Amino acid sequence: MKLTIPEEEVMNPGHLACQGCGATLAMRYFLKATGPRVILDFPACCWSVIDGPFPYSAVGVPLFHTAFETAAITASGVRAALDMLGKKDVHVIAWAGDGGTFDIGIQALSGAAERNDNIIYVCYDNEAYMNTGIQRSSATPWGAWTTTTPEKHPKETPKKDLVAIMAAHRIPYIATASIAYPEDFIRKVKKALTIEGCRFFHVYASCPTGWKMRPELAVQVARLAVECKVFPLLEIEDFGEKWRITKKPKGLPVTEYLKIQGRFRHLKEEDIKFIQEIVDREWERLMKKCISE
Amino acid sequence: MIEVIMGNHALSYGAMLARAQVIAAYPITPQTQVVELLSEFCADGRLNAKFIKVESEHSAMAACIAASAAGARAFTATSAQGLALMHEELHWAVGARTPVVLGNINRAMAPPWTIWTEQNDSLSQRDVGIMQIYCQDNQEVLDSVILAYKVGEQVLLPTMIVLDAFFLSHTSEPVDVPDQELVDKFLPPYNPPYKLDPDEPHAFGGLTSPDWYFELRYQIEQAMVKAKELIEKAGREFEQLFGRYYGLVDPYRTDDAEIVLVSSATPAATARMVVDKLRENGFKVGNLRIRVFRPFPFEKVIEHLKNAKKIAVLDRNISFGHSGIFYQEVKSALYNQDFHPPIFGYIAGLGGRDITPELIEEIFIETMQKDKPESETIFKGVKL
Repeated sequence: MKLTIPEEEVMNPGHLACQGCGATLAMRYFLKATGPRVILDFPACCWSVIDGPFPYSAVGVPLFHTAFETAAITASGVRAALDMLGKKDVHVIAWAGDGGTFDIGIQALSGAAERNDNIIYVCYDNEAYMNTGIQRSSATPWGAWTTTTPEKHPKETPKKDLVAIMAAHRIPYIATASIAYPEDFIRKVKKALTIEGCRFFHVYASCPTGWKMRPELAVQVARLAVECKVFPLLEIEDFGEKWRITKKPKGLPVTEYLKIQGRFRHLKEEDIKFIQEIVDREWERLMKKCISE
Repeated sequence: MIEVIMGNHALSYGAMLARAQVIAAYPITPQTQVVELLSEFCADGRLNAKFIKVESEHSAMAACIAASAAGARAFTATSAQGLALMHEELHWAVGARTPVVLGNINRAMAPPWTIWTEQNDSLSQRDVGIMQIYCQDNQEVLDSVILAYKVGEQVLLPTMIVLDAFFLSHTSEPVDVPDQELVDKFLPPYNPPYKLDPDEPHAFGGLTSPDWYFELRYQIEQAMVKAKELIEKAGREFEQLFGRYYGLVDPYRTDDAEIVLVSSATPAATARMVVDKLRENGFKVGNLRIRVFRPFPFEKVIEHLKNAKKIAVLDRNISFGHSGIFYQEVKSALYNQDFHPPIFGYIAGLGGRDITPELIEEIFIETMQKDKPESETIFKGVKL
């Protein structure tokens, strides 16, 4: 089988990620798709550490570290400067975690999306504040353990539907992607590079450290997230109008996904049943929006 | 060309003549005319710039920092609550060494809601490392924007141009709007030594251990010290081209003055009038306006105060639980000297209450009559 993933590496080895870090794989694939003519900005997130301490940097492209809530506007500011300086061939990427996107950075993200600033925003989602030591975010799923949602009082609200929020901004391109499906991810990034305006990626990035599982399960859990309909792979084009599933899931029971992660170990049978109901309901809701193939 | 413009528009003209390339701003009273006019300049082509109409002041400064890091000249303006919201980003602008210029209209902080002038908003940003310049008229506002880029881009530090709400922001004055050609001669295009560039990739602001963070802070302080020299040098160069000089301080009849009032911003102009009146009556008084608050002009302050028998400091601000902020700064500047005149710290005009000639005269008289101050803060005009 001929793989379509580019062989060239933009990212360098020698980063500081934990073993099995999904966020690191996400960056590696993303940069394979974009090539080196990009400028990145990171708000506070795992990647502010992963990239390496001063004076080292693993990404191999220009990188601006920025404040927690400013990922989107920093990209917009760089874009404005490049436009003034006539550098049209460089893409500007905001690369943020779920905390910096779903929570503290959503205001600046909404602003950039509403203005349709010509940037690519990538949220790598590991479903909690992992860099600070596994605290819940609004991307943490119902029932999950984190250090601020202990087993006796796990998260009692479902994950925020950020993709729907972004679609409501009517931006030209939105996609979800997963480190378990690099070809799908790379195809979407390459498509996004051909589109002007605000483009948004929601990338599933497993976190063995924060999810209490073995590092070698990082890709498997990401695959199960898709196959169990927990994390649908989709793209939304035509300014929020055209929703399309890009990987049809097998529809495995959600317990297959949950049981390999320690963060769900405390859940009782009825809890798992409730999660299955959430997943099924969300999937039905999504299907109503999607065009049939 | 002489135009009659308000202080806010003087900021807009300054940004236009400096050829700001990226502008990002959020509206707040009494700053709005700054960005309204800049929007018009951008829309009608008088200014070739990208104007990002952001969703908050925090984002306004973040956008300017990013643009500056990518090699563009960036400008924003705000006031009071907006400046407070920017606080984190002011630290970022300094640490990232981005010479953004920020116009701040001095407005008192809420609650209660108020829109009138006071210096607590800008002075609360004292320790972030942004240069602070307090203007006394609209001409100085316009000229200071151009001068701020000139100096800031040499030392890679941001600058805040400060003007009083309404007394300057909304007051129209004749202003000599310099020729673009002459401004271009004075202010070269922004060309930072390091910038975000795929042809020369660097990471900016990555995790730094105690092994190097200290040195980076040391360099910021060195840049501040260097800026003092460059502000005066740029002032002299500016004078040659435009006929107006701006230094770190602005002394008025201080040479033989027995009592010197230290003031800032628009009350300094009122103070000069009072000085003239008291001089006519035989009182040896003078006024020292502090124009540049950061970097603090220790040497100039000492030079102009060393012959005074008594010093009065006029603060339209207060550090609660301590005293007026300019008062603190002046006192600390003199501590290691071998002359120690009594220093009186007057607080007046908070929340935009008028600082009248009568009030300043009263301050001079009180300072003359008393041997030394009875407390660290002397409130003038409190109704309670």
